[in-house]
Amino acid sequence: MIDPALPAHMRPDRSFQALLLTLQRFWADQGCVVLQPYDMEVGAGTFHPATTLRALGPKPWKAAYVQPSRRPKDGRYGENPNRLQHYYQFQVILKPSPDNLQELYLKSLQAIGVDLGLHDVRFVEDDWESPTLGAWGLGWECWCDGMEVSQFTYFQQVAGIECAPVSGELTYGLERLAMYVQGVENVYDLNFNGREGAEKISYGDVFLQAEQEYSRHNFEAADTEMLLEQFRMAEKACHKYLAFGDKGERHEMALPAYDQCIKASHVFNLLDARGVISVTERQSYILRVRELAKACGAAWLKTAAGGAA
Amino acid sequence: MPDLLIELFSEEIPARMQAQAADGLKKLVTDALVERGLLYEGAKAFVTPRRLALAVHGLPGRQADQREEKKGPRVGAPEGAIAGFLKSAGLASLDQASVQSDPKKGDFYVAVVEKPGRPTPEVIADIIPAIIRGFPWPKSMRWGSGSLRWVRPLHSIVATFGAEGDEPEVVRFEVDGIVSSNVTYGHRFLAPAPITVKRLDDWMAKLEAAKVVVDRDRRKDIILNDAKDLALANGLELVEDEGLLDEVAGLVEWPVVLMGAFEERFLDIPDEVIRATIRANQKCFVLKNPATGRLANRFLLISNLVASDGGAAIVAGNERVIRARLSDAKFFWDTDRVNGLESRMPRFQSITFHEKLGSQAERIERIRRLAVEIAPKVGAQPALAEEAALYAKADLLTEVVGEFPELQGLMGRYYAQDENLPPEVAAACEEHYKPQGPGDRVPTAPVSIAVALADKIDTLVGFWAIDEKPTGSKDPYALRRAALGVIRIVLENGLRIRLWSILRNRAIEVLQTIKQLPFEEAIDSISALPPDIRTLKGVQAAEDELLFKFASSGLRLTVFGEAVKIADDLLSFFADRLKVHLREHGARHDLVDAVFALEGQDDLFLLVERMTALARFLETEDGKTLLAGYRRAVNILRIEEKKDGRAFTGPTNAALLKEPAEERLADAIEQVKRRVATAVAAEDFETAMTALADLRAPVDAFFDAVTVNDPDPALRENRLKLLDEIRAATRGIADFDRIGG
Ligand SMILES: Nc1ncnc2c1ncn2[C@@H]1O[C@H](COP(=O)(O)OP(=O)(O)O)[C@@H](O)[C@H]1O
Ligand SMILES: [Mg+2]
Repeated sequence: MIDPALPAHMRPDRSFQALLLTLQRFWADQGCVVLQPYDMEVGAGTFHPATTLRALGPKPWKAAYVQPSRRPKDGRYGENPNRLQHYYQFQVILKPSPDNLQELYLKSLQAIGVDLGLHDVRFVEDDWESPTLGAWGLGWECWCDGMEVSQFTYFQQVAGIECAPVSGELTYGLERLAMYVQGVENVYDLNFNGREGAEKISYGDVFLQAEQEYSRHNFEAADTEMLLEQFRMAEKACHKYLAFGDKGERHEMALPAYDQCIKASHVFNLLDARGVISVTERQSYILRVRELAKACGAAWLKTAAGGAA
Repeated sequence: MPDLLIELFSEEIPARMQAQAADGLKKLVTDALVERGLLYEGAKAFVTPRRLALAVHGLPGRQADQREEKKGPRVGAPEGAIAGFLKSAGLASLDQASVQSDPKKGDFYVAVVEKPGRPTPEVIADIIPAIIRGFPWPKSMRWGSGSLRWVRPLHSIVATFGAEGDEPEVVRFEVDGIVSSNVTYGHRFLAPAPITVKRLDDWMAKLEAAKVVVDRDRRKDIILNDAKDLALANGLELVEDEGLLDEVAGLVEWPVVLMGAFEERFLDIPDEVIRATIRANQKCFVLKNPATGRLANRFLLISNLVASDGGAAIVAGNERVIRARLSDAKFFWDTDRVNGLESRMPRFQSITFHEKLGSQAERIERIRRLAVEIAPKVGAQPALAEEAALYAKADLLTEVVGEFPELQGLMGRYYAQDENLPPEVAAACEEHYKPQGPGDRVPTAPVSIAVALADKIDTLVGFWAIDEKPTGSKDPYALRRAALGVIRIVLENGLRIRLWSILRNRAIEVLQTIKQLPFEEAIDSISALPPDIRTLKGVQAAEDELLFKFASSGLRLTVFGEAVKIADDLLSFFADRLKVHLREHGARHDLVDAVFALEGQDDLFLLVERMTALARFLETEDGKTLLAGYRRAVNILRIEEKKDGRAFTGPTNAALLKEPAEERLADAIEQVKRRVATAVAAEDFETAMTALADLRAPVDAFFDAVTVNDPDPALRENRLKLLDEIRAATRGIADFDRIGG
């Protein structure tokens, strides 16, 4: 239930930002570290080291954060009602996954205004896999009246390494949820700040121009020569940092090395959107990024946060 | 007699795994019970998205006691033997054994081992945890800090045992911290509170009250009936969909059928696309207008909730998503048509068909050539076949097919129609994929046939050339299906096609793609290569005669030799598939072998004709007797050839034909050979068989009157040669050696 004491502009069914704040609040109450987005371009909240790396090793971990996610190929020049090349994921990771994770998720939906007596919420099989991260897990996509609003995953493997304990990951598609609770048909019509009249700022006011410009960039203009070079550089740097930090039993530079892996992954996505990667090459690029991810995961296990003694 | 109830309550089990899991649980548990001497009267499994359950009824309360007598050594046997006996029987000393007397063997020790039966619940408590740990889910997972694997996290287990009327006991066990009990939970949203359950009927009734229909078939019935009723009430007709019904029955515990609508303007999209969109993404049913047979702008969704507003919000939400999906579909359908098929073709150059088999463009080019070559043989206009082959794959690059691969072909037809391509071409775009399986329709339009054959033959030759043949149960490229497709198209349309040279020529082409050899020069002359040339010498001669040249002699050696091998090998694959196909239609596979064993049999239609005539002939008295005579001749020949260490092959020496019976046989053979040859050449197998039948009497008479192994070696040799002539005469029809039975 939405907290009735909230002022109108802070109600999650009135403003995009209030939805986000409500989720942060909810998961803070569950003991999560509420982080800020990772300061690099990523395709999903999963890439944040707070998920990828923290899912590895024995140490418990609970975190929640919003992550701007870039999917160059999903660009639609601002013309699709619910597909964006830049959108917000709200990411929750709980390690080990608690027994009541589904109930917590459902409560979080109630907190943002989804009445479970009125709406048909379903857990539909959707096994999650990230070939670039060498990661997979089992879970569902969560449907609300037929709309996919979240991804729910029990990580089994990350960076090619078995997860023990297992982390539970929730990924909310914030725009789609907001459309849902605000009852709007088009993402650009979402009320962003919860004000009305002249003070109202819509999602379109904030992001429409960006979607148009970046769609152009992603599909037509992105400098492929530069990107190809950047891919090679990131790959090289990643290996270099991994070697530099490698002290046998311990590793001292897992995080900086992993940044380069993230970089390579995003550059690959851009190249892919530009259509300059052939089907066969595609596989080999994915494998190259996965090799980086695996090496970074292995390095992470040799750090304090990764559980090394 | 008591009953057992087991319920494994978990997070949502994927719909597609539920039915198999229910069967699996039933089999594993009942097998384990029977193995432990616990016979039962009946068992039934249940499955919903959140629970897997099993009821076994009519079990005994405990296992029967077992008493086993173990015979030991005789009294006074050596110490070692006695010690071994005590150990194996688990006895401490001989005092625990008894002595029995046998009139012959004397006195010997006997140990009586008593194994008291255990109470059934105890046995169950042993069985179930092991079954849970080893359960064969197609994919399973760990969760939290545990190490147990289940399809999704397992939360609680009900296990009760008891007779009707009694308060059942809880069968106590524990699996990774989950302790069995008699407590379960109802519907996730409608009745989440814990419920205490007793036996099957109680469990079912209480869950039903808690908004859970545990029986999957009942959920399916409810959905289907309610869906039909709701459709009918609105003057519409449900488009039934068994696969979808199976799936949605696995997504809900309490099915509620609701109807939604979408804008009429979306009905411009082809019905199949609307259906695919609504089905694949939203798992909803579509409805038909019975008057027009076309889809209506309505859909049925199966919700899992009795909503407090009667479902209005749920319907509105689903309508919104379906509207967005259909806008996407309409957008795809419109852009596809604006851009046209032609504009997509160049992109095939950069799309790999298979790493080793080159690009899609290369493949399409090969299909085009082959379709043109086949066209005249199947009554198609080569120009139309060529156009059809060019467009047949173009829809693969359309947005709609990208989104719904299952619509490939069908969309090609729509787009081709939209572009006003010739109707034969449009039809071929769809039909060249057929037949997709043994039950699928075979194309009958000549242009469709030409492209369908070209497509399948190219696939087969290609994967043969890179040695990716099907093995055992592995057939990732569906090559068996492709071969069966060719066979059915040929047979059901009565087509006359010599396969071998087609296969050989295609293999030459494919090998050039693989080896990246200069293309044009050789390709253009391939069709000038006489069909029956199998040897390098032959190809050399043809080269000289026809001024036909491969790009280099090295190419000739490798490519031609390999191509012949591929063609031979593929042809025998066709023979195998044909055998399987004919056997499924009740034919004798030994006869396929007998006919295939003849040189140069690569006309499938003719082959089957010949085989059918042969089968009919072998049913007749003449046929049976001739076969017997044939076997007798061959047996004698075999024995004598072995004795002499040489073969006896005709012709016979007329001067040495002494007996009238052998003279008559020799005459008959000459005549029959000629008549068979003429009839076979005219493809008149009935007449060929009638001719063959005329051999029966002379063969019989010969064996009656003539001794083959005459003391005169010259006569013997001549007679053996005559026997070989019998064999030779039948060779015009089939290899009789391969006929079984
Ligand atoms: N391009 C997009 N624009 C807006 N929302 C999206 C987009 N792609 C996915 N989503 C939303 O984000 C959620 C998570 O996306 P998903 O692709 O499943 O994430 P991941 O790649 O992390 O598994 C989805 O459930 C959906 O609601
Ligand atoms: Mg998803």
